[in-house]
Amino acid sequence: MGSYLTAFLVGGLFCLIGQLLFDLTPFTPGHILSGFVVAGGILGGLGLYDKLIQFAGAGASLPISSFGNALVKGAISEASRHGVIGILTGMFELTSTGITAAIIFAFLTALIFNPKG
Amino acid sequence: MSQKAGRQSVLFDPPPYLTSAATVVGPMEGRGPLGDDFDLVYRDLYINQKSFEAAERKMLQEACSLALEKRNIKLNDIDYFLAGDLLNQITVSGYSAAELGLPFFGLYGACSTLTLALSWGAMLVAGGFAQNVLAATSSHNCCAERQFRYPTEYGFQRPRQAQWTVTGAAAAVISAAGESPRIAAVTTGKVIDLGEKDALNLGAAMAPAAASTLIRHFLDLQRAPDYYDLIVTGDLGQIGSGILRKLLARSGYFMEENYNDCGLMIYNPELQQVEAGGSGCACSGVVVLGHLYRRMKAGELNRVLVVSTGALHSPTTLGQGDSIPGVAHAVALEI
Repeated sequence: MGSYLTAFLVGGLFCLIGQLLFDLTPFTPGHILSGFVVAGGILGGLGLYDKLIQFAGAGASLPISSFGNALVKGAISEASRHGVIGILTGMFELTSTGITAAIIFAFLTALIFNPKG
Repeated sequence: MSQKAGRQSVLFDPPPYLTSAATVVGPMEGRGPLGDDFDLVYRDLYINQKSFEAAERKMLQEACSLALEKRNIKLNDIDYFLAGDLLNQITVSGYSAAELGLPFFGLYGACSTLTLALSWGAMLVAGGFAQNVLAATSSHNCCAERQFRYPTEYGFQRPRQAQWTVTGAAAAVISAAGESPRIAAVTTGKVIDLGEKDALNLGAAMAPAAASTLIRHFLDLQRAPDYYDLIVTGDLGQIGSGILRKLLARSGYFMEENYNDCGLMIYNPELQQVEAGGSGCACSGVVVLGHLYRRMKAGELNRVLVVSTGALHSPTTLGQGDSIPGVAHAVALEI
């Protein structure tokens, strides 16, 4: 039960930060989205994001900041094996599933549906 | 004899007639408080076309045919077609002009297009360059939101200062001889840019332009706001119209009961989720040529000043950090 609660609270906190940025600052949704990715990447590089995922589970792994974390983690692990070139090859190592899924599902949806508004 | 009045205005002598007007709207506008005043209400945003852009063209063409049919005016009697819309390269107007086969002046004034077209039309007729001019404008919520902001599929959360682009089209015939109301005077606005950069707060960006044009109109024609039974701005919405009242009060012009904004008239803000109100070329287009035209015909209003307001930015200029220039043109209608 405790893990549900921490996931709910941490995930909710991410959403709250996003909503406050949206309501109180002139940033566009694009700015806020990439801000979260960059913040996740920085926390991941410092090794803090994985600790957050251990604590909050899906509450930290579902928000888009987790994507930034995965980008950095993939790059670091490949770099430790192959050197500098690994930063480039490793960037999409962990994130390719998400990216490919997004493209395929968007394609299938566009095939079947028309926007209603 | 010169009809120019003051620095930016024209006082027509004799004033051309706004002899016919027609409006076509989408589902949300039809359900709004002015729903009964529009000639044609579509229940579907595609109106049986393959794209939203094609739907907007269909609406514009239908508004034009209706405006001609109502007074039994033949296409051959029209000397010029003046039209503008919001889409890149004003394609809705261009394609419609191809369909109509009339000499065409394409106009871009963003949401100020209604009064821009009426001004030009009235000048062409009053100057003796035309007997009859067909003036039209349109906007479609789905085309405009996609081009200027975000498409629906983006799932974008609209802040409370955002406005809702009106789906509709409006057309009018301006003639040297015909039926009242008449276009008595026009004031052409200057483009004003005070540095507003929020594309979701266009009312605030356009309010200074509306204030500038209104003040110029009152000075040029030596009139006070109470000369008119009603003064309407195009689409300043809740926030912009509040700013306009303040700006005018600062210059000593007080607009109270006789002022309204088309963006606040077209929807029911309690039942329809439109945030700060309506916007788009069709906003003042259908409110003025549908609702107000009817009220003038019925004798409820004798003198109406229409000030359509436009924001002259593009998503590219905003992305490059430029601010939003606004413009407003005034047209005085009298029975």
